[in-house]
This record gives sequence, C-alpha cells and structure tokens, in this order.
Amino acid sequence: MADLEEPELLHLGLEPLHEALGGKMVPFAGYRMPVQYPDGVMKEHLHTRSAAGLFDVSHMGQVILRPKGIMEELKIAFEALMPVDVLGLAEGRQRYGLFTNDQGGILDDLMFTNRGDHLYVVVNAACKAADIAHMTKGMPGVSVEPVTDRALLALQGPGAEAALEAVVPGVAAMRFMDHRVFGDVWVSRSGYTGEDGFEVSVPEVHADAFARKLLAQAGVAPIGLGARDSLRLETGLCLYGHDIDTTTSPVEANLVWAIQKARRAGGAREGGFPGAARVLKELAEGPERLRVGLRPEGRAPMREGVELFAEDGTPVGKVTSGGFGPSVNAPIAMGYVARAHATIGTTLLGEVRGKRLPVTVAEMPFQPTTYKR
Amino acid sequence: MKYTKEHEWLRVEGDLVVVGITEHAATQLGDVVFVELPETDTMVAEGDEVCVIESVKAASDILAPVDGEIVAVNTKLVDAPALVNEDPTGAGWFFKMKLDDLSVLDQFMDEDEYQDLIG
Repeated sequence: MADLEEPELLHLGLEPLHEALGGKMVPFAGYRMPVQYPDGVMKEHLHTRSAAGLFDVSHMGQVILRPKGIMEELKIAFEALMPVDVLGLAEGRQRYGLFTNDQGGILDDLMFTNRGDHLYVVVNAACKAADIAHMTKGMPGVSVEPVTDRALLALQGPGAEAALEAVVPGVAAMRFMDHRVFGDVWVSRSGYTGEDGFEVSVPEVHADAFARKLLAQAGVAPIGLGARDSLRLETGLCLYGHDIDTTTSPVEANLVWAIQKARRAGGAREGGFPGAARVLKELAEGPERLRVGLRPEGRAPMREGVELFAEDGTPVGKVTSGGFGPSVNAPIAMGYVARAHATIGTTLLGEVRGKRLPVTVAEMPFQPTTYKR
Repeated sequence: MKYTKEHEWLRVEGDLVVVGITEHAATQLGDVVFVELPETDTMVAEGDEVCVIESVKAASDILAPVDGEIVAVNTKLVDAPALVNEDPTGAGWFFKMKLDDLSVLDQFMDEDEYQDLIG
C-alpha cells in the first residue's frame, strides 16, 4: 500500500524509536505519531492497566510562564483567563485548568504547575499556537515562553512507580498531582489514563536514551494513541475538540470539580474570567445539557456523532466519544444530553446504522481510577 | 481459495461458498469487538453491505462478493468476535452463500495474485 505522507507533518524527536519498535505512524494534531505498536490497541490498553505503558506525548505544548514583576501578578493574570483557583495552588503541585472564551465555551484544557518563581503549563497539541497567542495577549505582564527543546513522556499503570524509580530515584515519594524537578528531568505524578503514573519532561537530546531505559524496565511496553484514547474514555476524561470545544461550557461538560470555590458565587475571587456570566448562571441554575457517560446495552459500539433520542423519539443529544472499553469489556461512550434526560439510569436510544438501540446514562469513570493520593 | 479486492476470501464447500476476511484485513482492522451478521435465507446482490464489523478503532462493512442467497451465518462471532483476528480463514468465517453458478468465482484472485496485491 502506498504511504502518502502529508509533507507538512511535524516529526517527533522519538520518531526513530517508534519506528524501531514497529509503531504504525499516522497523522495526529499535525504530527506523525504512533497509533499502535505490533501488540495492537486492545493488548496495549490492557497492558497499561496491568503493568506499565510508555506514551510519547511530546506533541503537546509545554510552556513556561514567568512574571515580569512578582509571582502574585502572574497568578492573578492567569486566573483572569480561567475559572480556576491559581493563587491557592501550593508550590510543587499541579492542577487541571481550562481557558474559557467570552461566551463561556472552552478554548482548551490544560495542566499547570506552581514551580515557585514560575508556572509550567502543558496544553493540547492542536491548540498550542492559539493558546500561546491567547496567553501572550491576555497577560501582558507575563513572559510566555514555549518550551521547544523537550520531549514529554507519560509512564502509566501499576508498574509505573517501580519502573520510573529505577531511572529517577525519588519519584516514589511523590503523590498524585505532585511535581518535582530532578536535575533536568521534570516529573509530575499525573496522566490521562486513570492509572497511577507520571508525566516526565526530558531534554530532547536525552529523550531517546531515557525512553529506552524505561522500556528496559520490567513490565514497560510502548503504547500508541489508539490505547491512549480508549484508556481516557474508560476514565471519563474529555478529549478536546470532541467532548469539549468552544461551544461547550465547563458546567455542561460536567467539569465543575475544576472550578474551585474561590471562583464561584460567594467565593473570594468570584467570576472575573471570560464567560463568567454564563458559567456562574449555569452553576446556580443548572445547564441546559450535560456531558454524561453512556453504556450501550448491546455489543454494538456507539461512536462520535451517534444521535440520541428519548424513548418517545424526541431528540435529546449526541455522542461525542465512543467505542469499546477493553477493561470494562463492553462498549462505552460519552455525550451531551438535555438535562431532563441526564439522570444516571435513564434509558435512551442511540441511532446506529439506522437502528435505534438502547443505551443507559451511566456513572463515570467506567473503570475505577488508581491514583496515589 | 479465492480472494476479492475487498480482502475477503471465498472457499467452495460442496455447492456453497464460505466467506470471510483475510488475515491481512484482520490485522489492518485491529481487534474486532463486534460483528453484526446478516439474516439467513436472504437474497443479496453483489456489493450489498451484508455484515458490519467493528474493531477497537472503527466500523467497516463486509460486502456480498457475488449475487446469491445467504444460507448460514457464523453465530459464534456474536459472542466471540475475536475469532476474526485469531483464526480469520477458519473459525472466523462470516457467512455461507448459495450461488446459481459457482463459475462466477473464476473472476477472483488466486492466492498468488492476492499476495501480489498486498505485497
């Protein structure tokens, strides 16, 4: 088969390693990335849940935010872009954040870390140019510095701690959402699979050797984007551009846990972020629609775009992510439904190839998380 | 055994033709997690979408390779779709067809021609 590669695709520093490991390379977010290795999506997914999976997420945007004045001003400026408590985040800790637009939609979701005299931010690959422009424009008193000489690796699963401890001694003492700097290696105890694990930023020049050292540890296997997607879906985590976008608010997206008390009505720094009027109103009154978990009753997966109906035939929403969950061994999905139909246990109908099949609104995550809190 | 450009294999069994997908196709699709089979005793035309297979990543259709009648389906695939990956040319068969004239199979590729196609 002819491999018609897009000429403008960007190349990961670890591409030679992915190819040596037999990775099947596909275009993703402008990069040439491994969607799977010879084991395939199902085995890679199950391996991550039972041992340890190594993911190359170097396509994501790493950014340093440095205050031109004092740190407090940077935190306040960053809070003006997100419905999130930045001032309350302790040094050495990481937190989930969201950039909102003036309509209360989500421009991107991200992770940010308080590193004492600066913040370290990781954003989605497809949004990084826009995010950098947004931060630069929105925070004139802040130096927005894209990090372009570092790879980002995620090591996830019950075997991640022992494997990384062997290569970076000291990481075992970290708890979920801790961040520590070990020389030129930056480690966060977090990830996007629902498993305990780490995200590790390493200088690109050392990345290949570092990844090979991890792969040499017992139980560590390389995992592609396919399993990364099924792992995050089982955990009920959103994929930007699918489950959240500029039209979905954080409240509709069921991400209210990411909006700390300080930014809500009656909080110390209530509102004051783009789209606050809509977000605070939805917090008070409930949103018109809600992102929910969905469990098809049969074996047929319900994928992105499947229309959802109430049992009386009224259209109530749409699936935004869906597929097969290898660990739950059943089809799973998430999507937006009108609030009246969003109660756990409600039976809806999803239209698959012209047939309306039963699907139940379900609790998320579908698979219990194993974070080391 | 005969092969179609759509990566199906066709094997004559008495006066019937057994249809499945090739190992190459199964590998490309990835782990199959769901199979929707046709009704038996239905007449189908060449090119009709008669089965749906869903892998972890995507859904694909299996087309009727020729005109004929579906006389049997592999119901084991409903509960064990992974048979398509484990034994694509054996236990992972999809359906059996009855044709008016088995000579229509002459148009399809033999093993060597198919290996050239995927090689």
